[in-house]
Amino acid sequence: MRHIIAVLLENESGALARVVGLFAQRGYNIDSLTVAATEDPTMSRLTLVTRGDDQVIEQITKQLHKLIEVVKLVDLSESAHIERELMMVKVKASGDQREEVKRCADIFRGQIIDVSPTTYTIQVVGTSDKLEAFIEAMSNTQILEVVRTGVSGISRGEKALAL
Amino acid sequence: MSQQNQPEMLSGGAMLVRALHDEGVEYVYGYPGGAVLHIYDALFQQNDVKHVLVRHEQAATHMADAYARASGKAGVVLVTSGPGATNAVTGIATAYMDSIPMVVICGQVMSHLIGDDAFQETDMLGISRPIVKHNMSVRNPADIPAMVKKAFYIAQSGRPGPVVLDIPKDMTMPNQKFPYSYPKDIKLRSYNPNAKGHPGQIKKALQTLLAAKRPVLYSGGGVILGRASEELTELAKRLNLPVTNTLMGLGAYPASDKQFIGMLGMHGSYEANQAMHHADVIFAVGARFDDRVTNATKKFCPNATIIHIDIDPASISKTINAHVPIVGLVKPVLQEMLSQLDKQDSKSQAQLDQTALNQWWTQIQQWREVHGGRYEQRSDLLKPQAVIEAVHRHTKGEAYVTSDVGQHQMFAAQYYKFDKPNRWINSGGLGTMGFGLPAAMGVKLHYPDAEVVCVTGEGSIQMNIQELSTCKQYGLGVKIINLNNGYLGMVKQWQDMNYDSRYSSSYMDSLPDFVKLAEAYGHIGIRVTTPEELEPALERAFALKDRLVFLDIHIDPKEHVYPMQVPGGAMNDMFLSKTERT
Repeated sequence: MRHIIAVLLENESGALARVVGLFAQRGYNIDSLTVAATEDPTMSRLTLVTRGDDQVIEQITKQLHKLIEVVKLVDLSESAHIERELMMVKVKASGDQREEVKRCADIFRGQIIDVSPTTYTIQVVGTSDKLEAFIEAMSNTQILEVVRTGVSGISRGEKALAL
Repeated sequence: MSQQNQPEMLSGGAMLVRALHDEGVEYVYGYPGGAVLHIYDALFQQNDVKHVLVRHEQAATHMADAYARASGKAGVVLVTSGPGATNAVTGIATAYMDSIPMVVICGQVMSHLIGDDAFQETDMLGISRPIVKHNMSVRNPADIPAMVKKAFYIAQSGRPGPVVLDIPKDMTMPNQKFPYSYPKDIKLRSYNPNAKGHPGQIKKALQTLLAAKRPVLYSGGGVILGRASEELTELAKRLNLPVTNTLMGLGAYPASDKQFIGMLGMHGSYEANQAMHHADVIFAVGARFDDRVTNATKKFCPNATIIHIDIDPASISKTINAHVPIVGLVKPVLQEMLSQLDKQDSKSQAQLDQTALNQWWTQIQQWREVHGGRYEQRSDLLKPQAVIEAVHRHTKGEAYVTSDVGQHQMFAAQYYKFDKPNRWINSGGLGTMGFGLPAAMGVKLHYPDAEVVCVTGEGSIQMNIQELSTCKQYGLGVKIINLNNGYLGMVKQWQDMNYDSRYSSSYMDSLPDFVKLAEAYGHIGIRVTTPEELEPALERAFALKDRLVFLDIHIDPKEHVYPMQVPGGAMNDMFLSKTERT
C-alpha cells in the first residue's frame, strides 16, 4: 500500500541525510520525497511517499521516530488528508497543436506558464494520479521535459502536525 | 571548576577535556594524530582525565565498549581524523549492534578545508551515520560543553548506543578562549525516550503470565544494560518461570539456579529451545528476537502468546509479532509488575496454575536429561568445554570473561556459568573478531582487583595482538585463554557440516609461537598441549595476580559446538552431536 508520511525534522545539517540513509540502509522504497523549512525556521517538514505492507510501514515510522532529529511524524494516509503535487511539463507545440495542448491543459486546470514559438510549459497541480492522467492525456504530444515536486500532504480539519 | 561570577576562559580543546571530567570520565582511550593535537595538549596539561594509548584505534573502541558493558557508563574514545576515525569504525559498529553507550571523539581537518580532500580528511559523519545512535559536528567552539553533554545524554539514555562527535581542528585552537560552563542537564524536544511503560499493558502482561500453563521467560541484553537483573530474578521466582537468556543476556539470571534452562538460539541448550518451541506464553524482556535466536521466523514458537518489553519500539514486532507490547525501560516495567503482583499477592499465588506448571517443569526436566551439555571426554586431547569448566573452577565463577568470535565464544557462553550480570562481555550482534583482548583490557583497567579472562582463539587473538604492548605499558594483568585448534573453528564447523569438509581458507599455517610472542611483549606465556598440563598451568596463571599470562592451549581440532539449530528449521530443530539430530 502507498503511504504518505509527513515528518517534522530539526532543521540541522545532516538530518535529511539521516532520513534518506535510513531508507537506503533498510531497503525501504521512496516514491517521492520533498522537504523545506516551515514557518518555524528551526524546523523542516518533509513529506515522503513510500510503499509497503503494514509491518513494513510500522517499521518505517518507528525507525524514523528513532532518529534523534525527528521531532514528530504522522502517516497521513491513516486518516482524511489532502495531497498535492506540482508538475511542470514542457511540450512541443506549434501550429494546430498549440490549441490542442491548451485545451487539454484547461481540462486539467493546468496553466501555461512559459511560451516560445515552438513550445509550451504547462504547470499542473493535483494528486499524483491526476498528474499521471495529464501525462497520459498528452500522449499525442511530444513531451520534452517533465519535472515533479513530489507529494506534499496535510491532514483535513483541525488535526495538525505541529509542536 | 568555574568560579561563580566569572566563568573560566578555556580553549575548545581544554573545554572538551574539562567537559569530560565534569561528566565523570576517568579514562579516555585513543591515539593521537594531526587533527587532535590541540586536544592531546589539553589532556597533557591536566591530571583528571587519563589517557590510555592503544596500538590501534579499533582497540580503543573495544576498550571503551567493554568498560561500558561492565560499568554501565559510556566509554570514551579519542581518535584523529581520516585513518584514525576509519580504524574506529569496526568498534563503533560493534557497540551499535549491542546497544552499548559510547562517545567517540574524532578529529577533523580545519573547517575551511572540509570538502577539499585535505590530508587525512574523511567524511566521518557520513561513514558512521548507519552505525551510530547519533553523530554531530562542532561548528562553534563555544558549543563544545553543551555538545559533550548532549552526546553523553543520547549515548546513555533510552536504548543506549554510540555517539560520534566530529571536531574540526580549528574548534580546539589553544589561543581562542571561551567562557566555560558545563550544563547540568539537557532537554531535547525531538528526543524523549519513554521510560515507564503503559500500566494497562503491564497489567495485561501479568494476567497473561498468571494464566500461563507453559511459560518461558526469555531475557536479553536489555536486562543487563537496564540493570534489572534483580527485578527479573524476583519476578521469575515469584511466578516460577523457566528462564532462558540470550547470548547478550547471560548473567542476568543466575546460571546455577534451578529455574535457569540455559542460553537459547543457534547454540542454545536443548531444553531452552524445546521449552521455547512448546511454550504457550513467551515473556521477552529486553531481547530482540534476533535471527540467531528465532531460527526460521515462520516456524517460531507456533503456540505462544508473546509479551515483549523493550525500550525501543522498533524492536517490538520487528521480526516476531508481539501480542502484548510494552515500550519502556525494563527496570521500571518489571518493578511495576512486581508491585501489581504485591497488590494481588495471596490471590495471585492461587491464580497460578500450579498443576500445569508442575507438568511443565517435569517436561523441562526430561528435556534437560536429553543433552545436558554433554561432550566427548578424552584422555589424549584437551576438550575446549573442559578448559572453560576448569577456568570457571579456578575463578570461582566470579571472573569477568571477554571473548572473541567463533567456537570459543560459544563454549565460553555455554560452559562458564554466569551468576552475575555484566560479567560476560562479548560482541554478540556484530560478531567482531579482535574484540576480546581490548575488551579485557578495558575491564581490567577499571577493576584492577577483579579477575579478567579473555577467552579467544588463535584466529581472533591475532586481530588485535598488538595490544599486548598496551597491556605491558599499563600493567594490565589479564589472563588470555587461547583455545588453539589451528583452524578458524566455526568456519571449519560449517565447512564440515555443509561443504564436505573442504576447508577453504580456514586452516592457519605458520602460526606464531604464542609463548615466545607473549614473552617478547614482556608477559608470561604458558603452553598446554595435554589434559594433564591444564590444571597446573591454570593454577600458575591465576596465582600470578598482576601479570598478563598468555595460555596457549592446544585443543581437539575436530570439536564442534552443539547443540546447533538446523538452519531454516524451528527453534527445536537441532543437531545434538555429529551423529544425532532431533
